[in-house]
Amino acid sequence: MTDPAIELIGISKAFGPVQANKDISIRVMPGTIHGIIGENGAGKSTLMSILYGFYKADAGDIFIGGKKTLIPDSQAAISAGIGMVFQHFKLVENFTVLENIVLGAEDGAFLAPSLRKARKELTELAAEYELNVDPDAVIEEIGVGMQQRVEILKALYRRADILILDEPTGVLTPAEADQLFRILQRLKEEGKTIILITHKLREIMDATDTVSVMRRGEMTATVKTSETSPEELAELMVGRKVLLRVDKKPANVGAPVLEVENLNVVDDAGVHRVKDVSFSVRAGEILGIAGVAGNGQSELLEVLGGYQTATGIVRVNGTEIDLTGKHSDGQSRRNRGIAHVPEDRQREGLIMDFHAWENVAFGYHHDPAYQKNAWLMDNAAIKKDTAEKMERFDVRPPNPALNAKNFSGGNQQKIVLAREIERNPDLLLVGQPTRGVDIGAIEFIHQQIVSLRDQGKAILLVSVELEEIMSLADRIAVMFDGKIMGERLPQDTDEKELGLLMAGMSGRAA
Amino acid sequence: MKPIPRWADVALIPLVSVAFAAICAALLLLAINEKPIEALMLMIDGTLFRSSGWGFMLYYTTNFIFTGLAVSVAFHAALFNIGGEGQAMLGGLGVALVCLFIPWPHWTLAILGATAGAMLFGAMWAAIPAYLQAKRGSHIVITTIMFNFIAAALLNYLLVNTLKKPGSMDPATDSFPVATHLPTFQDMSALLGFEKMFRGSPANVSFFLALIACVLVWFLIWRTRLGFQIRAFGKSPTAANYAGISPTWIIMIAMVISGALAGMMAVNTTQGEAERLILNFTEGAGFLGIAVALMGRSHPFGVLVAALLFGFLFQGGAELGFWTSIPRELILVIQALVILFVGALDNMVRMLVGQIFASLGYKG
Repeated sequence: MTDPAIELIGISKAFGPVQANKDISIRVMPGTIHGIIGENGAGKSTLMSILYGFYKADAGDIFIGGKKTLIPDSQAAISAGIGMVFQHFKLVENFTVLENIVLGAEDGAFLAPSLRKARKELTELAAEYELNVDPDAVIEEIGVGMQQRVEILKALYRRADILILDEPTGVLTPAEADQLFRILQRLKEEGKTIILITHKLREIMDATDTVSVMRRGEMTATVKTSETSPEELAELMVGRKVLLRVDKKPANVGAPVLEVENLNVVDDAGVHRVKDVSFSVRAGEILGIAGVAGNGQSELLEVLGGYQTATGIVRVNGTEIDLTGKHSDGQSRRNRGIAHVPEDRQREGLIMDFHAWENVAFGYHHDPAYQKNAWLMDNAAIKKDTAEKMERFDVRPPNPALNAKNFSGGNQQKIVLAREIERNPDLLLVGQPTRGVDIGAIEFIHQQIVSLRDQGKAILLVSVELEEIMSLADRIAVMFDGKIMGERLPQDTDEKELGLLMAGMSGRAA
Repeated sequence: MKPIPRWADVALIPLVSVAFAAICAALLLLAINEKPIEALMLMIDGTLFRSSGWGFMLYYTTNFIFTGLAVSVAFHAALFNIGGEGQAMLGGLGVALVCLFIPWPHWTLAILGATAGAMLFGAMWAAIPAYLQAKRGSHIVITTIMFNFIAAALLNYLLVNTLKKPGSMDPATDSFPVATHLPTFQDMSALLGFEKMFRGSPANVSFFLALIACVLVWFLIWRTRLGFQIRAFGKSPTAANYAGISPTWIIMIAMVISGALAGMMAVNTTQGEAERLILNFTEGAGFLGIAVALMGRSHPFGVLVAALLFGFLFQGGAELGFWTSIPRELILVIQALVILFVGALDNMVRMLVGQIFASLGYKG
């Protein structure tokens, strides 16, 4: 029997009180795609960082190709044949593809010979693995899918036999993701070993041969992908049965709550972010805005949330709201019955160094119920209110005095949701409600959003997770390059068609 | 960085920092053949064991409380106001104008008027850099430090040309009318029958004004909606923006309060001690407020403690100058060492303490 490409035995790693990896053992056979799945904070990234030399394990051994290997830094990992493609690319934006590939692997003081050698090798690699990129293209001018290929090529150029990809599809359209998986398949056929880290069950099912599941720092199971099911994996990840589909009744739609006409946003840098966008959201329905991140959805939410200026007309419950910034801000929006769960809860939705109770008052600090008198805030009342909200939204631990940063991503999001939903708004803006949130909490968050809809409120949902949009939204609008490419009903469309719209191809060509 | 318990962050780290500074100072003294223990005893004796020593120490402390609070309030809005010096100078101008040109019947009214004048002028001087920061994006560190120079030049001009006592060669205003003179600690203890207490020392009622300011700033920061908004903006401007907290308003109001507090220092120095406006009356207290705020963790009661320590260092340093051959420059170096360790090397000490707690098994 051949030696495993990678074998980890008894790896443990603690950060202060947190045991990120507990006695983890794993065997990855050569020429396979091995998935590692787990919730956020399960310890996947820590494990890979140990393998790549960023962290030193407290205990345990690493065997590469059957040989015990010490990996004190990333240089050692590279010479052991390990290449890593990070979630956030590590490319120099204004360098060409070729320059990025050579960077850090130059042969001498002069660049020209290295570049010449790299160009030759790049052509060979491209042919061998069908990884076509233009070596002279500048990184900032090529798409994310291409940039990811450059990262893969960088690893191959450094003679990697083992490729680790950390959440590689987070920034890709479905079509780009499919392409990536074809490339990975091809690499596998050529004998490379691939470790795919992800929290998306579908990718695991589609792309891997074997899958290991992590939960709370421990490896709970390693199974053959063909012998498992998404439901079983989800249960292994969370430790209990999980509802993967959202349970919802048909929408009971009322009058329009939000009407947007010819909205245009030009940002501070002069870039035209939102182009002539019109749509409406009615009471009792969820309008989902799909699209790859960075196609104007964020700006749209910012305009409606009151902290981005725009031109055009926006009406809420029939009355126009100010978009110029003169009489508009987050406060005036709240007064109009708009609540907003922002896309980036750590930078916008919460103040990480504030207590949970301060965060619950945040944004609603003018609420008379939170004031003791004209001068002082009623901190005791806020704490009491927070404790009740935490109870209703199952925030764990239910301690209002804890700082926001000490809660997990899911519980942070529950705090934001509790604050916004409990205001009983007419219109709820939600951006990426489940980004960085564990599966168990996703279920709860989706239920809350649907139940607000069932109370006859209008909800505008922006998400880059197509699955989420498909299962939550009553109508789907797809944004690309600042424009709405089209609106579809979830029952009349599929991921393929939406994927095409997300990539800017309009019409029902599919 | 390793987690440490809150009490260690608040109390232990400053103490360790001060201890480090003391050790370095001791080594320096040894290097020039002086005796560090004796020097320390002299500082303690001259400051804490004599009521006039207390009188001087609390006088300095009063200044440091005001400037320390000034820097703290701005810190809470993530603004680095290093213009306390200039704002205090303008505060002095406000005090002088109020005391010279308004006929006050009694000091109790005069101190209210002078405080208002000091706050108004200090606030005004801080409002200009604040406006430039909020509206034009001019960095507040740069503008406030430049405003220190402008304030010094303005004061110089006014004291030489406009406000100078006629016929005098001294760039200072005429003495304030007697009715504006503030009771010193000496006056007050005499009233209580202790004639010999605090003799010749400058501490005066404005010390109590400083204590009141501590309490009010505490309420402002931790109990009012404005304080909530200031802290929110300071911790996360992006989140404040999302919540609809106007950055312009917060920058303006935080700096105006900060400037007003810095200006109030002049009630102590100008009305309380000099009883006329003189050049350079701030003596660097505006800058020292930064160290006080850092050491006091921008908390009003921390500021009070830190201000007492620096008051002790100032008075103790003066004692050393009187009674030993330790050169005056070295006394400045000792004070600077404390600022260095407390202010600039805070993280170094924090890491060290964190390591110790980690090895003791502390897990946050």
